[in-house]
Amino acid sequence: MYKLKITDHLILLAGVFFMVAPVVITFFTSTHDAITIYKQGVQFTPGGKFLENYETVLFQAGGFTKEVDGFVMLKNSMILGFGFAIGKIIISMLAAYAIVYFRFPMATLCFWVIFATLLLPLEVRILPSYEIVQSLGMVNTYSGLIIPLIASATGTFFFRQFFMSVPDELLEAARIDGAGPWKFFKDILVPLSQTMIAAIFIIMFVYGWNQYLWPTLITTDESLFTLVRGIKQILQVWVGAQIPAFNEAMALAILAMLPPVLIVVIFQSWFVKGLVESDK
Amino acid sequence: MKKVQFRSWWIPYALLLPQLAIVTIFFLWPAAEAVQSSFYLEDPFGFGSTFVGLDNFTDMLTSTDYGRVARFTGVFTLFVTFLSLGIALLLAVKADKVLRGASTYKTLLMWVYAVAPPVAGLIGVLLFDQHVGPLVDFFALFGWKMQIGVNYFDTSFAMVTTAVWKQIPVNFIFFLSGLQGISKSVQEAASIDCRSGMRRFWTVTFPLLAPTGFFLLIINITYAFFDTFGIVDVIVKNEPGNNPVTLVYKVYLDGFRGNDLGGSSAQSVILMAMVFVLTVIQFRLIERRVHYT
Repeated sequence: MYKLKITDHLILLAGVFFMVAPVVITFFTSTHDAITIYKQGVQFTPGGKFLENYETVLFQAGGFTKEVDGFVMLKNSMILGFGFAIGKIIISMLAAYAIVYFRFPMATLCFWVIFATLLLPLEVRILPSYEIVQSLGMVNTYSGLIIPLIASATGTFFFRQFFMSVPDELLEAARIDGAGPWKFFKDILVPLSQTMIAAIFIIMFVYGWNQYLWPTLITTDESLFTLVRGIKQILQVWVGAQIPAFNEAMALAILAMLPPVLIVVIFQSWFVKGLVESDK
Repeated sequence: MKKVQFRSWWIPYALLLPQLAIVTIFFLWPAAEAVQSSFYLEDPFGFGSTFVGLDNFTDMLTSTDYGRVARFTGVFTLFVTFLSLGIALLLAVKADKVLRGASTYKTLLMWVYAVAPPVAGLIGVLLFDQHVGPLVDFFALFGWKMQIGVNYFDTSFAMVTTAVWKQIPVNFIFFLSGLQGISKSVQEAASIDCRSGMRRFWTVTFPLLAPTGFFLLIINITYAFFDTFGIVDVIVKNEPGNNPVTLVYKVYLDGFRGNDLGGSSAQSVILMAMVFVLTVIQFRLIERRVHYT
């Protein structure tokens, strides 16, 4: 058998250092005051301003944005993350159910119309998308923020793959017992998909939470800012600032990454399974 | 499709309605608008537009600025893809062999997946900052005076480093699961036939990983093209000037800052064509992956 060498561990430790160190340094820097950072540079040890800085960022408006505090942004990020993940799962499960389990004219056409969206990420059609959302009066609303993001068919594709792998005998048995489409969906398919739903929920939550370009365009009203959207605000305040508030900026960065990181770490096995299997 | 199916004249349409409505309004319509306005020259003050045929495309493709951005995007994509794939593969091969502490290594190497690109960009800005950044001090030891945001090469270096950092976890997860899928009997047979671990890797493990590798190649190219928007935006700090930017960033700049609707749409259409080709390749690879497993 293969004998593990010390170099293998060294390589892995170097990798871990490369991945972890930037965030640890960011965290340490966020616990000092701005003047210390400005004078001495980035900090490698924890400082004494942890509570103070995070309290300022969370509960005081006026640092980077004039109207909202970090807590409101946290709430908006939650709404975007949950709204996007739940909306996407419901809509794509229904659509995949129709495509896989029903025989109807135009099924192939519907299939291709939906899957054509995989071809075009939002980034390549932002300007027209923005104009349409604007003409519908959805700028600065939660629905304008969430619904256009749901348009992509990734979720439908995942669920279609999964439904195809469910054995046909289940449907036959259910029909012999007299189950209709709704009962089959509710009592058999949804319970069977639980792990898949959990995995897709994690992936979609992280995806929704981390959206940057679309929220930047669609929310100009500060009360709708998400944490990730707030990053852009930091940079605008920095331009021309005497002593940039590195500490508070880094505290905001830590807050913006904490919830998705926690979810990915805690539900790691579901997440990895979902990511690897759904892309097959 | 399934052999046994329900029949109903209305249920499937009702089920598909929400998805189709969203796709039509927020996807097909804007895509059609983009294609249409790429043939028009919009009046900057909003008074109508004139049909100009392919002028927007020829203007774009002949402009030196577009060429510069396209070249940068190409080089950027190349570096991000190969560095993140290479580092992730090395780490996955080592993590696959480790017995003690395997799950700790795994968690520590993959959690960055959840960090948003602009947040990664902000961390990059901190670490590469002119006044406070430790990496600037570090490279100064070797006589390299970094000036992020001023020097074109230095800024590109910061962007590539940040983008690679953010992308390693995805590649690591896929490579590790690919490695764990290789059967023990194949590995044992290989280790009887060949004593050199290095050779065994290149002649047995690597070819077996090739389908995963091809698949990840497409994923990484797509990432470098589109998902790095946040990183680029944060690192250039809203001041593109002479800084390196990617093609997607230019679509955004010309459309929202420059108010050049036709030019921006023409660039969108070109990008759509590129994504189309990438996706077709990806679909063919997915088909092939099924044959392998």
